[in-house]
Amino acid sequence: MELFLTSLLNGVTYGLLLFMLSSGLTLIFSMMGVLNFAHASFYMLGAYFGYVISTYVGFAPALVLAPLAVGAIGSLIERYGVRRAHAFGHVAELLFTFGLAFLIEEVVHLVWGKSPVPYKVPAALDGPLFTMFASTFPAYKAFMMAVSVGMLIALYALLTRTRVGLVIQAALSRPDMVEALGHDVPKLFMLVFGGGVGLAALAGVIGGNAFVTEPGMAAAVGTIVFVVVVVGGLGSLTGAFVASLGIGILQTFAVAIDWKVPGFERLTLSQTAPVLPYLIMVLILIARPRGLMGTRES
Amino acid sequence: MTRRLVPWALLVAALALAPVLFSKGFALSLLCQTGILVIFALSYNMQLGQTGLLSFGHAVYYGLGALFSIHALNLGYVPTPLVPLVGGAAGLVFGLLFGYVTTRRAGTTFAMITMGIGEMVAACSLMFPAFFGGEAGVSGNRALREPIAGLTFGPQVQVYYLVALWLVGCVIAMHLITRTPLGRIANAVRDNPERAQFVGYDPQAVRFHMVALSGLFAGIAGGLAAVNYEIVSAESLSALTSGQVLLATFLGGVGFFAGPVVGAIVVTLMSTVLAAYTQAWPFYFGLLFLVMVLFAPGGLASLAVMQKRLWDAGALRDALAVYARLALPAALAVGAAVFAVEMTYRGVRTPELWLGTAAVLVVASWSTRWTWMRARDRWAVASTALEAKARA
Repeated sequence: MELFLTSLLNGVTYGLLLFMLSSGLTLIFSMMGVLNFAHASFYMLGAYFGYVISTYVGFAPALVLAPLAVGAIGSLIERYGVRRAHAFGHVAELLFTFGLAFLIEEVVHLVWGKSPVPYKVPAALDGPLFTMFASTFPAYKAFMMAVSVGMLIALYALLTRTRVGLVIQAALSRPDMVEALGHDVPKLFMLVFGGGVGLAALAGVIGGNAFVTEPGMAAAVGTIVFVVVVVGGLGSLTGAFVASLGIGILQTFAVAIDWKVPGFERLTLSQTAPVLPYLIMVLILIARPRGLMGTRES
Repeated sequence: MTRRLVPWALLVAALALAPVLFSKGFALSLLCQTGILVIFALSYNMQLGQTGLLSFGHAVYYGLGALFSIHALNLGYVPTPLVPLVGGAAGLVFGLLFGYVTTRRAGTTFAMITMGIGEMVAACSLMFPAFFGGEAGVSGNRALREPIAGLTFGPQVQVYYLVALWLVGCVIAMHLITRTPLGRIANAVRDNPERAQFVGYDPQAVRFHMVALSGLFAGIAGGLAAVNYEIVSAESLSALTSGQVLLATFLGGVGFFAGPVVGAIVVTLMSTVLAAYTQAWPFYFGLLFLVMVLFAPGGLASLAVMQKRLWDAGALRDALAVYARLALPAALAVGAAVFAVEMTYRGVRTPELWLGTAAVLVVASWSTRWTWMRARDRWAVASTALEAKARA
């Protein structure tokens, strides 16, 4: 029971963090039809920016400033890179974001080196929140959950209750019509790209110190985020939410439980944990290419 | 006919003479590395360039081919020169298996399924360390106990000629495939799958055949890598390797058969020679890739072909005049950018140096842009001549 509850809480925390990444990716995809391979790289940039800013002015300003800075960079990249590549077609666009991910990792190598940076949880949030059975639940995890849920509510409110949110929703399905009605759709694209990337950066700021801030963090999380988006259904925010939580919990449980896989004596379930998400993704893509809740294929 | 054979004769001659010119150990292993990457990149282009399938998991076939080869080498039933056959067979089998799964869709879905399969196979290496070698990798010994015709394949020169032989065979085979009905229909499926289907070909079947064949050649490349390095680690089937072959192929140019060859050579040179000068080489490499995606999506090969066409149209003089004017400011801008990158890498914090570099960078970029604007008329003359020639 104790193991179950701890794993569940850890899984939900991880799943919510994944949702911060996958929500931006899904929004960008449904709007522009481009799968942003560099999305997790912005998550990494967020963590590094958060580290730098928090060493100078503290963690609370970093929580706001880092996502804004990364979002601004993202908007510029959309304006001068993605838009240009878009003219050459989907393959060029995918290749552009792929090259961008490669380049961002190298920039991080150049500026901050190859070893992890000492990005620490702020002292105010360091320590246990409550004790459950014998194990403690860290306060920072609760903070992460609070930020994720807050962002979730804010995103929902933005998309359904504000004018710009409604225009974005309209532009998701009928960009031509929205443009014909006089809205500046390219500017909206910049906004959504910057916003989505900023969300990834926010996840980086709060995730970077909970895990490790190192140049490999983008690659480690990037493919999982892809799995989430594909399994949930490309373009579906609800699907991304369900898949984020599902895969977050699944991975935490698979690592925590030490069952033997029947038939393979030397193989424990925790060893299969890294493969499970990809297996699910491949099976979903074969059986139901539009994902759990997606409405379109590509 | 004879004219068409000239490049091939040159290739064979160059491959045969290369060890005479580059007899140093480093150069020789560089040549082997290039040869292997050439086969690998050409096999990748069977998917990307010829069938229009963007794959993010091509290293699966290469890595599995290499793993099966190294195990075959260790078991000792297969003589060293034929070990790549084992790799090719493994690549083909997995190409058939994964190709059946992946080619049901094209486009973005294909790209994602290949990435998923690539990650899945790479993650499997942690689950089955006995076969995948775990973190240390699987090592082997290529040297034969009983020499065949005096060759043991222990010395690097003999391995080089083995690689060269396989290279020529594979390049010819892959070139011939582009000329078969399958190769032609693959191009049709790439350009317009709907029409290809309307004419009576099943796009899925065509993609499936091309992926399987490309797996075969990737496996051969993996087998050669196993023989050449005598060690196969899990990295050979990781996303890193998939990315490298994608970068090399695209950089060279996907639209031309020789494009990936150029790309493989450039990438090998950058990753060895440039790496000896600066640790920031992957940065320059990534930047070059992005610039190519945005400004020359046809790759290096397309740039070369454009010069040839300009020459044929008699417009190369105008083009050269434009290049000459752009050369100085562009070189200054690139130089300043490189200087800035190197300063970042070395942690230089002198503000004067940074300000100076930034000033040079801004001025040079602006003057490049300005020169380009002014040279546009001249460039228009060249491109008009080119178009007129194309129409005639």
